[in-house]
Amino acid sequence: MIKLINLTKYFGAKKVLEGISYEIKDGTALAVIGPSGCGKSTLLRLLLRIEEPTAGAIEIDGRPLAGLSDDELVAVREKIGMVFQSGALFDSLSVFENVAFALRWRNQLSGREIARVVAEKLALVELTGTEELMPEELSGGMQKRVGIARALASNPSLILYDEPTTGLDPITSVNIENLMIKLSRELKVTSVVVTHVLQTVNRTASQIVMLNDGKFIELGSSEEARRSQNPIVRRFISGGKE
Amino acid sequence: MPYRRLTEDLGQRTLLSLAEVGELSLLGWAALAGIFSGKAKLKLTLDQVVKIGYESLPLALAASAFVGMVFAVQVATEFVKFGAGKYVGGIMSIAMARELGPALVGIVIAARVAASITAEIGTMEVTEQIEALQALGSNPVRYLVIPRLIACALMLPILTIAADVIGFLGGYLVGIYVVKINPNEYMETARSLMTMWDVWGGLIKTVIFGCLIAVIACYRGLKTRGGAKGVGAATTSSVVTSLVAIFIANYFLSIAFFK
Repeated sequence: MIKLINLTKYFGAKKVLEGISYEIKDGTALAVIGPSGCGKSTLLRLLLRIEEPTAGAIEIDGRPLAGLSDDELVAVREKIGMVFQSGALFDSLSVFENVAFALRWRNQLSGREIARVVAEKLALVELTGTEELMPEELSGGMQKRVGIARALASNPSLILYDEPTTGLDPITSVNIENLMIKLSRELKVTSVVVTHVLQTVNRTASQIVMLNDGKFIELGSSEEARRSQNPIVRRFISGGKE
Repeated sequence: MPYRRLTEDLGQRTLLSLAEVGELSLLGWAALAGIFSGKAKLKLTLDQVVKIGYESLPLALAASAFVGMVFAVQVATEFVKFGAGKYVGGIMSIAMARELGPALVGIVIAARVAASITAEIGTMEVTEQIEALQALGSNPVRYLVIPRLIACALMLPILTIAADVIGFLGGYLVGIYVVKINPNEYMETARSLMTMWDVWGGLIKTVIFGCLIAVIACYRGLKTRGGAKGVGAATTSSVVTSLVAIFIANYFLSIAFFK
């Protein structure tokens, strides 16, 4: 379980998150919606402790992130998979090397075992046979899927998705969403998706919160979110028409 | 109040520069601590050794050969006028070992390698690859900085030995065939005037130059913001800062080693 306790983040004088307290239970598919630049991606960076909060704390499985040593932090990050908005594949490494990166870095598996895990994860994202390709040879959707395979290589218990379908064509978006649903249902992985694409939210999330002015507006399920009477929520969901 | 704004601007720039020096020192310290606690990855380091050392060799050799030849022409022509032509070999060997070899290799590596390191790491920074490294349980200092620091500190002295030899030989060829000085006297004065400390002092300087170049270039890369324009600005800044750092360090090290 992940606990956000009075989580606050400022960049200089700019408020991004203001006193957020929230619990994400195991197995939840949480979607964080909100307009571009509202701090959704910052929340993911805080969950990985790539950014430090200005105040407040994050606990993962009862352990506060702030008190962890470097080695303990690495151990926590091994249980978290992150899918980046841009894919963030290492452009000097092949698809195989990208997916194998964390496994090789930890040096705990043999070459044969790493090859088996890579093949398994690439099959999961339907990219078998692309092992030798370089990132620049892949389409945007394929890069996202390799990014998902890379995030899954360590069998994480939590996956963070940063705008997983933004900028993709409708068919590729649906494929990525199907994959996210499959991971959530079959592997029972907890996920946090930050996005402003409502189709992705509706199809993949079990719980939705909206980030507005540094605070969470809790919306419940996608059905409950659609019925929300909050004018800020209604305006966002209707695309500014209401 | 233009004076007030100017003073404020100057004060702010000074504070920023001091903060950068502090951050650079911390990065260098973290990398050195990582090396001495055995956190270097052999394969990554060897990749950088090849990239930084082997691929810079032709440029370093060409630069030292031509600078050696030009230096010999200038020195030999003047020395011969005063009947001191036989000392050209000694002057050439000392100059190459103490200053020209180390400084030339430092400048060549700062221009070629610092730019390349900063552009590569800067591009990784603006495309979220550095964050991906951290998210995957890796560490930018271990994955990026330590291999480059070891490679620079190791390869600069090796390149300098080659540059010293080629520069000295270039001077020999020009001295003998263009200025017509006596080849035996050239070699004899080189042997008698140059000491081993001239060579060692020069090589120690290049280890320090290598560390400076690697840490500055990696720091600028990791601090890159703002897309392609940011990568360009960081790369330029990396080369300029590395060159200035080399010139300043060279002065103080030369005073300390050879005065």
